[in-house]
This record gives sequence, C-alpha cells and structure tokens, in this order.
Amino acid sequence: MAIRCRNLRKQYRGRSGVVDAVNGLDLEVRRGECFGLLGPNGAGKTTTIEIMEGLLAATSGEVEILGMRWGQRDDDLRQRLGISLQETKFPEKLSVLETLVLFRSFYRSGKDPAEVMESVGLTEKAKAWVGKLSGGQRQRLAVACALVGDPDLLFLDEPTTGLDPQSRRQLWDIIRSLGEQGRTILITTHYMDEAERLCDRVAIVDHGRLIALGSPSELIATLGGEHVVEFAVANGNGIPQEELEALPAVREARSEATNTALTVTEPHIAIPALLETLQARGLELIRLATRHASLEDVFVHLTGRHLRDDEISPA
Amino acid sequence: MTKYHPLKELSLARLREFLREPEAVFWTYGFPLILAIGLGIAFRNRPVDKVYVDVQEHALAAQVVRYLSPQPDLVVATHSASECRDRLRLGKSSLVVVPGNPYTFVYDPTRPESALARQRVDDVLQRAAGRKDAIPTRESYATEPGARYIDFLVPGLLGMNLMGSGLWGVGFVIVDMRVRKLLKRYVATPMKRTDFLWSMIGGRLVFMLPELVVILGAGVLLFHVPIRGNPLSIFLLSLLGAFSFSGLGLLVATRAERLETVSGLMNLIMLPMWILSGIFFSPDRFPGMLQPLVQALPLTQLNYALRAVILEGASLHSQTVRILILAAWGGISFVCALRWFRWN
Repeated sequence: MAIRCRNLRKQYRGRSGVVDAVNGLDLEVRRGECFGLLGPNGAGKTTTIEIMEGLLAATSGEVEILGMRWGQRDDDLRQRLGISLQETKFPEKLSVLETLVLFRSFYRSGKDPAEVMESVGLTEKAKAWVGKLSGGQRQRLAVACALVGDPDLLFLDEPTTGLDPQSRRQLWDIIRSLGEQGRTILITTHYMDEAERLCDRVAIVDHGRLIALGSPSELIATLGGEHVVEFAVANGNGIPQEELEALPAVREARSEATNTALTVTEPHIAIPALLETLQARGLELIRLATRHASLEDVFVHLTGRHLRDDEISPA
Repeated sequence: MTKYHPLKELSLARLREFLREPEAVFWTYGFPLILAIGLGIAFRNRPVDKVYVDVQEHALAAQVVRYLSPQPDLVVATHSASECRDRLRLGKSSLVVVPGNPYTFVYDPTRPESALARQRVDDVLQRAAGRKDAIPTRESYATEPGARYIDFLVPGLLGMNLMGSGLWGVGFVIVDMRVRKLLKRYVATPMKRTDFLWSMIGGRLVFMLPELVVILGAGVLLFHVPIRGNPLSIFLLSLLGAFSFSGLGLLVATRAERLETVSGLMNLIMLPMWILSGIFFSPDRFPGMLQPLVQALPLTQLNYALRAVILEGASLHSQTVRILILAAWGGISFVCALRWFRWN
C-alpha cells in the first residue's frame, strides 16, 4: 500500500469557530495506481494532500506513506516523494534548466534534468527564464520539478487548474505516461473529465468526508444507467418528476432551471417514451441531447450540487 | 558524491537571481555611490568667504584703505557717512571704520561675520601702527585628506549600506519566497534547511565585496579619502557587519507572511540607526540620556570601528569591544531566527 489514512481529521480555528477541513477521512492508495481525489473547491482536498505530504500536521488520525510515518525519518521519505503544490511561483529569473538542476541537487539520486525536461516537452525552453513561460509551461515545469528525484510516489495538487484545453491535454499525456512507468500518483482535481481520463480509482470528497470511492466506471455504474438525456421545453418544466421517473428505462430525473436531465439505461427506449409524453401534454421541445454519464453526474446525484462553482446551481 | 551539490546550486541560484535583477544591483551598488558623490560635492571645502569693510570718508581714509587692501579676505571701499550707514543696514558691508582719534568701529555685534571683521581690521591697523606680537604663532590648516567631512562620511555610508543590503537582501528575499510558496516547495523536497539558510547568508557575504570596493573605491578615486587601515582588517570588519545584519534580516523574516509586514519591520529597525548610529554625523552629539541606546545599536559600533580602522589605521584588536557587540547582535539574531523560523 502506498498511502494509508485512517480517521484523518484537520480542524482550523476560523473566525466563526472551529472549521473541520478534513472530517474523518479513510483512504488507501495502492502501489502503482493513479488515484484521484475529486471534489469541489473547499472540500478539503488540498488539506488532505498536504497532510500526506508532511507539510501540515493532522489534528488527529493516522497517515502512513510508503509504509512510513512523518516525524521519524522524514529525509528518507522525502527522497522518495515528488510533489507539485497547487500554486508555486518558481524564481522568475532562473531558467528552466537551472531550476531543474537546483531541484535535482536536493535528491541523493534521481534523473538527469535534461531528460526530465525532454519528457515534459520543455527542452526548447531550457534557457528561457521561468518568468517568460506560459501557464501551461509553468505547470509542466512544476511537474518536472516533482520528477527529478525519480519518486516512487507523486503528489499532484490540481495540476491543470486554470490552464487552456490544449495545455491540459498535454499535461494529461505526461501524467498518463508517468502512470505507465509504474509510479504511484495521487492527484487532486475538481475536473471530473480529468479524473475519468487519468485515474484508476477515484475518491469523491465533500465537506472533508469521503462520499464515494471506486473506479470511474464503477462510480458511474452506481447511477443505474450510463446515459444521460437532457431536454428543455418551451414553457418551463411542466412534467412532475414522478411521471418522468416512471418512464421506461429512466432511473432518475433532475430538473435545474429550464433544463431536465434523465439518467437512462437505454436511450432508444427512453427517448420515444419521453417524446410521447411531451406530445400528450402539448409541450414544445426546444432542446434534446444525450451523452454518457460522467463523474459529475455521480457528484450531483450524491450531493445535489455541481463540482464547480461556475456550473448552473441546482434549482 | 553526485555532481549536484545542493549548497552550491542554492548559492548559484541566489547569485543569478540577484545579478539578473537590475534594480537590486542598482540599490546595492549604484545608490551608495550616487549618495557619496552627492554629499561629497555638497560638503566639499569652499573658498573662505570675503568680508566687506567700508571706510567712512575722512582725511585718513586713503591711508586706512592702503593698510587693509592687501589682506586677501577683506574687500575695502570708501563711502560717505550716510552711504556707509545704509550699506551696513542692508548687509552689503559687515563693518564701517570711521578714522579719527579714536578710530570708531560701527557694526552689529550679533552678526558673527561683523564681530570677526572688527577683530581682523583692528588687528591689521594695530600692527600697521607698529604693535609687536608678544608670542610667535603660525597656522596649520585642517583641510588635508583624512580630516574633512567626506572622510567622515565614506565609512558611515559603507556601514549604512551593509545594514540596508543585509536586511533587504536576506529578510525581504526570504519573505518574498514565502509569499510565492517557494519556501514550502523547498521544504517539500529533502533539501537541508541549513543549506538554504547558508546560501542566503553566503550570498550576502559574496555581494558584500563589490559593495566594499565600490564605496571605498569611489572615496579614494573621487575624494582622495585616505585608507590608513590594513585592507584585510577592513574586509573582515565589513564581513562581520554583513553577517550581523544578515542575521537581523533573517530574524525579521522568521514569521512575516506579507511583504508589507517585512518592509515595515525593516524600516522600524533601520530608522533609529539611520538617525542615531553616526552615518552622517557623530553619534557622540546626542545627549547623555540617549547614549546607552545609541551605543547599543549594532550600526553605531560598526561605524565607530570602520572609521577607526579606515581613517586612523587602528588594528582590529583595538576594536574588540565593538566587534563583540556587533557579533552578539548577529549571533543572537541567528539563534532566535533558527528557532522561530516558519517554513510553511
């Protein structure tokens, strides 16, 4: 087992009393897997990962990293970890290669900085100052700094937050290839597509608690149907939820503003039935779409809320 | 050993960051140079002011003018009685001489230059009339290098700069790293914390050498400030100064989490020393009540010792007490900083 957390708790003293950032979390990450910690902002993901990284002390609970505990032989443990913090501003006036050589020097053994630079696609920026890099290039540098020590266990805290789609895909390719090399990776994210694409297993956390655990496909399977049919009608939502859920092949119905989403086992059965119902009620369909169910749907199913603040809030 | 040495790489990083930051280089090396040149020009030794003496029209006036005119510091003219009075009143002259028996000196005794002029003119006239000096005297002018204001100033500027760059170069840089979460990132690696702190201090000691050369070099080349002390002693003393103020910088940076906080703290520490520690004038001028405070400040002791070594050629041995006070500041600051330092 690469990581084992038992009954992990972290309390902060806030202005309005004590806040539980992490509230009794149990987790196990196996060696060689890519494990995702998925949850909305403020769910306690960063607090959890920083406790695992030995940068924060837990209020209570046990943490075991690669079979060791913090506070014993920390230096030996650090030699085996690669860490990318949520937001690090590396020295702006150092070049990419100089930064990597600096971080390489902290480890007893590791990889050739030039080789790591190549693996994250920054070779042509070797001599460029960090201050001149784009957001995506900086994030790749942060991952590279976590890799120069040739770690057994890699912690990546929101590696793609704030990046454009192309930069995110580039980082996904890098992270996927790291997983293929047999490294254990713990990644936090609030992008469900990221977790689905990269992670072997995912823990969904909310308010410092674990609310679901499993592979992305297992979690999606808990919805009871792996398709989602979304539709909207001209004059709001005139159909009661019970009626929608009684339709054949429909497992769950959710309405948000003018939009209604149905979790469906077989779309080719559910859609004709839905259209019939709309016609019988004289409602005009203005939008109809089907897609595969995602971890986002799992989160909404479990909490009634979306993962990201910028999505539509529940009606 | 691997070819990657952490202390070397951290120090190199420090050096590169500094040299690639033109503003930091200017404030460390350019600013004290400009200050020294500016103050050197402002306080350079001016030619002696001329004293204007009017002689009131009289039969003996021409003779008085003949006696006084050869004096290089006197400008003598003859005017009517009313003109003399007006010129004195308007400050165009400092003294009116009315020949006769007795000679009358008309002047305002509260004007220092008038009082001086009266003595000068009386002296010249008495000698011309045959007075003999009872005691032989001669002049020795204190305007030679080593006794001027600029000579006093240059070691003070050196001390001031060692203080400023020690505090900013360590304190500000560390808090900046904390704000950028770079300290936290370093702590997440197996980096030895002592390596990091030594690279900060080491960097300061390396940047100190050009500071020393620029400030003393400008003093010697532009103002002929004499360097009477042993260069090694001057170097060691500056090194100790840089070390002590780096320690203070580290102490200031132990907990501050915002750049505003650390800037405020540093100004709080530096302001009393700018005023009290004898950069621009001697700290001995402060009243006795303040002296215990003045003497306890590290910059006061550094400036005393620098002046003694540079201008008087004193040995380091003779400065032991000052060196110990300075070293105590540095040492205590370091120990406290190490104990309280917040890495993340």
